Amino acid sequence: MKSLMTGNEAIARGAWEAGVRFATAYPGTPSTEILENIAGYDEIRSQWSVNEKTALETALGGSIAGVRTLCAMKHVGLNVAADPLFSSAYMGVNAGLVIVTADDPGCHSSQNEQDNRNYAKAAKLPLIEPSNSQEAHDYIKVAFELSEAYQTPVLFRITTRLAHGKSTVAIGERVDVEPREYVRDVSRFVLMPAQARACHVALEDRLVKLEDYACSTQLNRVEWGSRKLGIICSGVAYHYVHEVFGDDASYLKLGMSYPFPKQMVRDFAAEVDRLVVVEELDPLIEEAVRAIGIEVEGKSLLPRAGELDSSIVARAFGKADDEIPVPEKVTARPPMFCAGCPHRGVFYELGKLPVVVTGDIGCYTLGSLPPFAASDTCICMGASISAGIGFQTAFSIIDPDNSRRAIAVIGDSTFYHSGMTGLLDAVYNGVGLITVILDNRITAMTGHQENPGSGYTLSGQTALEAKPEEIAKAFGIERVSTVDPYDLDQVKKALKDSLADPRPSVIVSRAPCALLKREAVRKSPYYVDQDACRKCKVCLKVACPALYVEDGMVRIDVAACVGCGICAQACRFGTIKQIEKAGEN
Amino acid sequence: MARTTSIMLAGVGGQGTILASRVLAQLLLNEGYDVKMSEVHGMAQRGGSVTTHVRYGNEVDAPTIPPGQADFILVFETMEAARVAHYLKPGGTIVANMREISSLPILIAKEEYPDDIPERLLRRGIDVRWVDAYSIADKLGNIRVENVALLGAFSTVLPFSEAAWKTALTQIVPERHIELNMAAFDKGRQLGKK
Repeated sequence: MKSLMTGNEAIARGAWEAGVRFATAYPGTPSTEILENIAGYDEIRSQWSVNEKTALETALGGSIAGVRTLCAMKHVGLNVAADPLFSSAYMGVNAGLVIVTADDPGCHSSQNEQDNRNYAKAAKLPLIEPSNSQEAHDYIKVAFELSEAYQTPVLFRITTRLAHGKSTVAIGERVDVEPREYVRDVSRFVLMPAQARACHVALEDRLVKLEDYACSTQLNRVEWGSRKLGIICSGVAYHYVHEVFGDDASYLKLGMSYPFPKQMVRDFAAEVDRLVVVEELDPLIEEAVRAIGIEVEGKSLLPRAGELDSSIVARAFGKADDEIPVPEKVTARPPMFCAGCPHRGVFYELGKLPVVVTGDIGCYTLGSLPPFAASDTCICMGASISAGIGFQTAFSIIDPDNSRRAIAVIGDSTFYHSGMTGLLDAVYNGVGLITVILDNRITAMTGHQENPGSGYTLSGQTALEAKPEEIAKAFGIERVSTVDPYDLDQVKKALKDSLADPRPSVIVSRAPCALLKREAVRKSPYYVDQDACRKCKVCLKVACPALYVEDGMVRIDVAACVGCGICAQACRFGTIKQIEKAGEN
Repeated sequence: MARTTSIMLAGVGGQGTILASRVLAQLLLNEGYDVKMSEVHGMAQRGGSVTTHVRYGNEVDAPTIPPGQADFILVFETMEAARVAHYLKPGGTIVANMREISSLPILIAKEEYPDDIPERLLRRGIDVRWVDAYSIADKLGNIRVENVALLGAFSTVLPFSEAAWKTALTQIVPERHIELNMAAFDKGRQLGKK
């Protein structure tokens, strides 16, 4: 019997079957589970890299050295890795190298919905796009063969629906692939101008050959139905449009859309009365069709923004005349800091200060929402510190004598990813930015992945622990403090001291994520002394899911409360008290 | 082409909707159907709304259920029933848990928990089957099996045997918890039959 697998599980399995020996990634939704699953295969050495750039450079090195290597990241991660991506196309590979980009149409958990198919065209790399888990499993194996046959990295693009959607997969067996001999070759592995010019010419030749391949590969296939309507599609869009039309249309399904299989498209277009491209996000296929002089419809019917579904496709073709059901208006249910989250106290205090807080990517982006409304920005990984430098500098230009202060807030994993360079920038340029590093001992947002500070690797081996305080001191920062975020007085004092100091400073707020079982400590829960409570509801400003109001009285859910005590410190009348455990006192 | 059936599960992060969907998907696989299951996780652990789309048939194309096209919806929390009600197709069935979990605007006393959800759904012409799965789990001494109790109630609206459900449960639920989960499923199924 076939088993249900997510696209990410299927990619991991397919990569293992393809003889992959090495895999690198930085976690990012929806790509994270690819490496988490790969880590379960003993034959593959796998690692969390510090960021996507180091992940791809490491993978490229592994490929050139001779082992089949996979590198995975979310779509915005490829922006970070864009520099080695472009070089890798010029250099080519030795053993197969496949780069998985997990795009997020609909921005389910991302800051944008960029379409990374654009990178294939920009960097001149073959692009493979599966439509379901079975294809993800099968195509990743083809991708490695293609990579070695044409000596090119392959960009393998999936989307959230595929990455996290489960569908049936028939699996295969692993093929052990011998390492390829590494031969020193400065003509392609040293990209100085003279070499790069020649590499570019070779790359253009390779693209011509890859286009021939694209026209003959099984990844691109025609499914004939009614010839009144011809649909060109790729990725999950194929299933939406196939659900709507079934046999009432013919399909050119592109599993490899770059280099663009021009002749195949010409042949298909010649056979159908009306030609439409159905693709999510950017009109890449549509523009490529138009560029070869073929009349085609696409984004004139379908949206450029957001995820597609079968209903959107049906309506685009006038196939659904019922009204779109209107949702009920219901109180929102945004995500919130968990009970006992160590970020809560920091944002509770930051929200009271007359400062600008530059935020970053992680659970703590929620610190921008009410009731904290503390952070002002969320740009991209690591930007809290660098944008904070910009804010602090601009404030000092505007009012040199009494400039407003900026405080950057960044998580541990994000700090290692790309916050460290910004911090050095602050020191080098003498900018009095205050940086708060929220060290919760894990990469929490993406589901608890290890990082350079957590003490463990992806495969569970112990690792040296990076220390943010030592890094800051090594950079030359003199005011470096460490606080317990469950002690609001400590947090307040550290912030006050930093605000009184014009130099750059760092505050490390250290406590494990409340969900991190190996480190988090669950203490005795708190309760509200109802006789003494003045019902001011100030405690609700800490926005804890364990606190609720019933019949006008604030109560604490003892099952949810982990005893962090932030609410008790927010209470001005001392009426929130800890339950004494039996046997204590 | 054989018809595809669409089932949505909706709840709040941490309620165990994913385990329930996995049991359902396993049952459908065991019955020989093609199955697609789609969930989006990211912020789910942090108390936000979560939904899972499960579709089955001879050959399933689209992984997601558009508004107005779900045959069945299983809801784990009262307010979430209203949030996803527009996904139901006319004549479809909602089984919903009578369980109020306050969201952020309610927890910080900016808004109150709505008390008119059942009426609003009736006005939409939806006859929701409300069940109290929390009480079942509470009586069994572990509120974590609320999800499986609810699944037991939901099992009565789908055309599969009790034995088939229990086989799927055994395949998905860890062995050390199976006895308690079976008990929760049984109680839920009894409630669903009423």
